[in-house]
Amino acid sequence: MDVGIGLPNTIPGTDGRVVVEWARRADSGPFSTLAVLDRLAYDSIDPFAALAAAAGVTERVGLATMIAIGPLRNAALLVKQAASVDALSGGRLTLGLAVGARLDDYEAAGVDHRGRGPRLSEQLAALRDGEDLGVRPDLPLLVGGMAGPAFARMARYADGYAHNGGPPRTFARAAASALAAWSDLGRPGRPLLWGQGYFALGDDQAGAAYLRDYYAFTGPFAEKIAAGNLTSARAIRDFVRGYEEAGCDELILFPTVADLDQLDRLAEVLA
Amino acid sequence: MRVRILGAGPAGLYLAILLKKADRAHDVAVIERNAPDATFGFGVVFSEETLGALRDADPESHLQITDTFARWPAIDIHYRGRLLRSRGHAFSATPRKLLLHILQRRARELGVELRFDTEVTDAADLDADLVVGADGVNSLVRGTYAEDFGERVAPQGCKYVWFGTDLVLDAFTFIFKATEAGLVQVHAYPFDEHTSTWIIECPEHTWRRLGFDAMDEAESLQACEALFAEELQGHRLMTNRSLWTSFLLVRNESWHRGNVVLLGDAAHTAHFSIGSGTKLAMEDAIALSQAFLRHPRDLERALVDYELERQPVVERFQQAAGESAAYFSRVEQYAHMDPMPFAFNLLTRSGRVTHANLAQRDPQFVRVLDAWFHGGVPGAVAPPPLFAPWRDLRNRVVRATAEPDRMPELARSGAGLVLAGPVATTLDGRISPDTPTLHDDEVAAAWAGLVDEVHASGAHAGVLLTHAGRRGSTRPPARGADLPLREGGWALIAPSPIAYAPRMPAPRALDADAMNSVRDAFAVAARRAAGAGFDVLELDMGQGYLLASFLSPESNKRDDDYGGDLDGRLRFPLRVLDAVRDAWPEDRLLAVRLNVMDGTRHGLKLPEGIAIARELATHGCGLVHVVAGQTVPEAPQADYRRGFLTPLADRVRAEARVPTLVGGYLTTPDEANTILGAGRADLCLLEVPDTDLERQVLAAPEPATAAALA
Repeated sequence: MDVGIGLPNTIPGTDGRVVVEWARRADSGPFSTLAVLDRLAYDSIDPFAALAAAAGVTERVGLATMIAIGPLRNAALLVKQAASVDALSGGRLTLGLAVGARLDDYEAAGVDHRGRGPRLSEQLAALRDGEDLGVRPDLPLLVGGMAGPAFARMARYADGYAHNGGPPRTFARAAASALAAWSDLGRPGRPLLWGQGYFALGDDQAGAAYLRDYYAFTGPFAEKIAAGNLTSARAIRDFVRGYEEAGCDELILFPTVADLDQLDRLAEVLA
Repeated sequence: MRVRILGAGPAGLYLAILLKKADRAHDVAVIERNAPDATFGFGVVFSEETLGALRDADPESHLQITDTFARWPAIDIHYRGRLLRSRGHAFSATPRKLLLHILQRRARELGVELRFDTEVTDAADLDADLVVGADGVNSLVRGTYAEDFGERVAPQGCKYVWFGTDLVLDAFTFIFKATEAGLVQVHAYPFDEHTSTWIIECPEHTWRRLGFDAMDEAESLQACEALFAEELQGHRLMTNRSLWTSFLLVRNESWHRGNVVLLGDAAHTAHFSIGSGTKLAMEDAIALSQAFLRHPRDLERALVDYELERQPVVERFQQAAGESAAYFSRVEQYAHMDPMPFAFNLLTRSGRVTHANLAQRDPQFVRVLDAWFHGGVPGAVAPPPLFAPWRDLRNRVVRATAEPDRMPELARSGAGLVLAGPVATTLDGRISPDTPTLHDDEVAAAWAGLVDEVHASGAHAGVLLTHAGRRGSTRPPARGADLPLREGGWALIAPSPIAYAPRMPAPRALDADAMNSVRDAFAVAARRAAGAGFDVLELDMGQGYLLASFLSPESNKRDDDYGGDLDGRLRFPLRVLDAVRDAWPEDRLLAVRLNVMDGTRHGLKLPEGIAIARELATHGCGLVHVVAGQTVPEAPQADYRRGFLTPLADRVRAEARVPTLVGGYLTTPDEANTILGAGRADLCLLEVPDTDLERQVLAAPEPATAAALA
């Protein structure tokens, strides 16, 4: 299993230059991938803009959306944006897409929330046919989501599954569904399995406060997500081990505190 | 901390005890609207693992509780005039009244204030740092904040009634009683030296036919005593508000809001047929009290911790309890089964017991089950059901491959049946250019070579014969399915001119001539398959391919004889089946891969799928390979949970009385043995993932090692 790190692009108030410096340091750290989250109606930096900036200051590290909310975007423009980040990075992009969980993102985009699943499928089909718009034919695609239709969509169009976080046993259950869907759709081999978690080393407060705010739309569930924030080296090592045992191929750890020190400390823990 | 607990059942009392034990300074009061000695129901059941948790949490009450226990290791199953006993289980039970008495005394001893006969009408009136709703299935606290908790309450399972009896049992006892109105079940167990719990249940239609809906408590008691006179052996039933009712399944998205928290039945119920309500309630109390130890000054954090710990556990029990309740609701569908698989089906109904772990608890039971599958000679020792022959297959392991070249390898791996496919009848019936075919005699000859190799390993060879219909002309599946070929594609056909997925071309609707030629092509390909030596032919009516697309109203919008109602939609697939049956040797197995449901709002539903399976059987289909979904790409009810096809195969087998083959990403022999042993299917399609272990074991020794050994 490889371990990547998230960019702090959705932590409110993060200085854009910190995001760029974060990317630069990640490139020389023990991280396989640098990944972004996506939120529209929230104080955050656009995922594709953030990755484009990261592409400019990195040479080695993989870049990924984990995930980008496809249906908020016009299909052709989405394809173009992804292809552009991929080109700027010399073919380092893994594109993860899902329908997202927040109604207000759809309202802000002026996009109907109904029909988001089929629209994502159309976008995925377009990406698979996207060479005219500059998409590399072997651009890796991930699809996320916990519902049955999301697993079917993943198995139909993607190269792998992007899980939305939680303890290893939750990931293991979703991974089993991903494998079952893959087999049901007659795909050869097996899907890539990507997982994610949140961390704030040595911080019990600010990180949890951010998660409570970021997930406020889930109601009381936000508290549970905040309680899952990994705040010690041991919690991170247990989490990494748990994901590895559950068959994860790539685990992304997202910061909940946008302090460059967090990146350095995570690098130490993983070294 | 000032704590007010509503409800003096086991959950509330036990929480009070544990909180007070942790810190005598806590001000803890339990408020109960009934009198201290008013209790409903008779005995409560515990499992061994719960007992360990009770011992660790409060050794004093644990000792007193376990002193009162009736314990027994056996489950008795009365079915069709036989008594089948399974041993090695560990149950204990205690009178509910006694349990409450012990907990009340212990709570008082620790300084908990107990207020009985106190009605609280508004949970908001309770002034405390922590308000606990331990007030049962009809919780006032839950009702007060139902929206915040995300409350969902729904009836589950059969109609049931709860009696006691002075017949002292020595096993957990299930009785399946055939009546003119249908099957009636008893769940009974002892809970002290004089008394047993005796729960009677049956589906609502049976309950009405037996007239229970019109009886009062006394009449129902009399009728139940008469019905089970033989089993009660002259003993009587005792009532305690013994009214017929429906079990209420309670779920809540969140178990706390602010300083209010739910515990036990108020937060969640699990159907009584897995006997875990009291266990879950007392475990809740332990988890909640420990969360306060971890976060003494952070109420919110403690309540979140409590939920994080308990919700996954409770969800698993509710899942198991749901399976169990569903089993008892339709158990009359299994009343034709032989006693051994019937009993094993009962023991494994909730998904918590499998063939492998029953073999540990009760090796004799599993030996007899395994022997039954091999012909049931007395004293026989036999391999598990997966390795029992079926018809002329050496075992019940089916392995499938889309790559013909892998057939010999799968045969060597020990499978009974190696299924190749999908294999297209004609070139324009292919899914992608890579799809193998039986479109001419030359390819048939190549298949014959592979079939010979399969036979040489002792396996049988099957072929899944398909026409892709509107899912044809796609790219090979390496980077995705249902992606149309960019060039070199071919025209698609379907019942109606509706494209399958985004960017796919619309098919042409079949006319009468085209239908005839499709049918003839199936028959010709079947003849070629027979000539190539295949032992099994599986006709593809699954997952949105041509014949399946006739069956579903999602894809079949025809207004002629081949559309409309189920008869119409089934007409063309049946014509193809008849033609294939004629072309295929009579003594060889003809199977159908059948979509039994679409998972869409207006699509094919399971009862229709079962009706189709029944019809196929009368047309010479000897095995239904049960599949579902993919009729349309965006099926809202698509489901890929573990074993997702097993309940469908089970129902098809029980209700259509046709042998079934089931897959659905079954990866372990234990899953398959459990399915086969319980009669949920006759054959299992296994998928065996690569493992590092096997790669290491089978790897050639490294040169250095080899040299050292030489």
